[in-house]
Amino acid sequence: MKKYRIFTAAFTAILAISMSYGQSSEERGLQIAKAAEKADEGFGSSIVELKMTLKNKNGQTSERYLTTRTLELTEDGDKSLIVFDSPKDVKGTATLTFTHKVGADDQWLYLPSIKRVKRISSNNKSGPFVGSEFAYEDLSSQEVEKYAYKFLKEDGDMLIVEQDPVDPKSGYTRRVATYNKGKGYRLEKIEFYDRKNALLKTLDYSDYKLYKNKFWRALSLNMVNHQSNKETLLKFSEYNFGSELVDEDFTEVALKRAGR
Amino acid sequence: MRKIGKNTIFAMVFLLGLFVGKSQEEKEKPIHDLELELEAEYRYFMDNAQFPGQEDHYPSIAIRPEYTLEWNKGYESINFTGFLRLDRDDKRTHWDIRELYYQKAKNNWELSLGLKKVYWGVAESNHLVDIINQTDAVETFDGEEKLGQPMAQFSYITKNFGTFDFFYLPYHRKRTFAGEEGRLRFGTVIDKDDLGYESGAKEWRQDLAIRWKHYFGIFDLGLSHFYGTGREPLFVFDALGNINAFYPVIHQTGLDLQITHDAFLWKFESIYRNADAQDFIALVAGLEYTFSNIDGNGLDIGLLGEYLFDERDELALTALQNDVFFGSRIAFNDVQDTSILIGGIADLESSSKIFSVEGSRRFGSNWRMELEARIFSAIEPNELILSNFSEDSFLRFTISRFF
Repeated sequence: MKKYRIFTAAFTAILAISMSYGQSSEERGLQIAKAAEKADEGFGSSIVELKMTLKNKNGQTSERYLTTRTLELTEDGDKSLIVFDSPKDVKGTATLTFTHKVGADDQWLYLPSIKRVKRISSNNKSGPFVGSEFAYEDLSSQEVEKYAYKFLKEDGDMLIVEQDPVDPKSGYTRRVATYNKGKGYRLEKIEFYDRKNALLKTLDYSDYKLYKNKFWRALSLNMVNHQSNKETLLKFSEYNFGSELVDEDFTEVALKRAGR
Repeated sequence: MRKIGKNTIFAMVFLLGLFVGKSQEEKEKPIHDLELELEAEYRYFMDNAQFPGQEDHYPSIAIRPEYTLEWNKGYESINFTGFLRLDRDDKRTHWDIRELYYQKAKNNWELSLGLKKVYWGVAESNHLVDIINQTDAVETFDGEEKLGQPMAQFSYITKNFGTFDFFYLPYHRKRTFAGEEGRLRFGTVIDKDDLGYESGAKEWRQDLAIRWKHYFGIFDLGLSHFYGTGREPLFVFDALGNINAFYPVIHQTGLDLQITHDAFLWKFESIYRNADAQDFIALVAGLEYTFSNIDGNGLDIGLLGEYLFDERDELALTALQNDVFFGSRIAFNDVQDTSILIGGIADLESSSKIFSVEGSRRFGSNWRMELEARIFSAIEPNELILSNFSEDSFLRFTISRFF
């Protein structure tokens, strides 16, 4: 095992050297995105509760509580089920999303008052998620295939990569992401540039916690909108990686059960 | 009321038996959750009443308690939703157990026992295939409020062939109609106890239903069949003009299809209903298109259009025999979840039209306000059903507090 690790380290070093000298910035950008994906492979499934605090430009806040279940898939994008616990008038409202590496995601919405499941269009990527500063596309599973990459610069362990959304329906011309090479290529920061290429938002990841000695999860995500001066803070509870969720936990039947 | 009581006992016995059987296996602590909604409502009917006894102003209050007990990581639960409304119309003053059921899910199946609500379908202006629950006809005009239905529901999820739902429905619940003092009623006040059953077993006829639901890429397809006492009463008129109304035993096959392509939702629902006294098809077909995030601030404007057809013609209780529906759904996606739905249904064979506006917005984190207007416009006097409502255009305002 130790031998293997040394080998990996050596291999990574060689890779890094070859990357900096022999590769185009596009290739290196893609390499980093793939390394980040690889580092997070094998988590299986997770359940996490989160508190979303919306802050307007006058500092007034309102809160939402949600539970997110995620199922990792390798051949295609992940599946996720999000349930609202508050505000109380929308309690039980839930969404089921099948992310696809290529093409539009499949998404269903559950409305608990009339017990209705409605397939919805995933076209609206750029719109705000429940009035927050997070767009739907910011919260969907980050598949490598959804962006074109360009390596910008290296600053110690920090690798800064430009990500250009493949989908023309994205609200961004580009995102500038900071990966932390020394910490399993976890994301530290993303800057979002709007369709006019002006800086729109900054997302900061903090309170990182390492699970199963492999998976980094930020327990705090803060999105600041520089144009509207509004903010949204996501505070996560402990991640539960032990629930061993399966495909059947991500069906219409499970969606209705989760929302009740 | 007495009959609802019977339902309740029926469901309780079911639940108790299962709960006692299961409780010994528990290891983790069950999770309790109690919620309460208090609603104040005011309905104002703008036109003078058509029938004696009807009022113009209807203040009302409603209570909706909800309780959930969950264990086994949420794979087992007991769910309760109650409902009580007090209104000037003594028939609209009513209570119900919307849901009271035990549920267990394991691997690829799920079982629910008790009173429950189930929704089928994809269309907006008419809900044809949705047949499991009786409509709470005094509660809202759109028919989306339902009574709790006693059932055993078994869902079976397959890997490649979609989901199969099997329903055993041991008890039928009658529809309640507005009382003498109520609006949105016929000239003759219909007491629900005046309506009989075709089946000799009356409300205790044991009914069955099955539904298959699957999705293939952009297609969501549902096929269903119901065999039992229908939820809609059948009105038969004899030569002297007397009404004989009863609940027939029906076979109903339903199909619902939605194609979700880019920002388009293409929708189709159709039923074929067959009974000794009745044999017809009905359908609704339409689309929904959403212009999303128009202002870069989350404003969504959806456009809706649907065509409605019912072979029963003027006997269709929904009065939607050959009509078109146009609407627009405006969602601001703001912190208060402000949304507006504007719509209109026009009869293609007459001047009759119904317009509606529904809006809602949250205040703080525990209050919600709703506004609704329905306008009956140029209703032709010869419309069998709608002519009774021609003077019943109304405004409805509600404010709810959630605890």
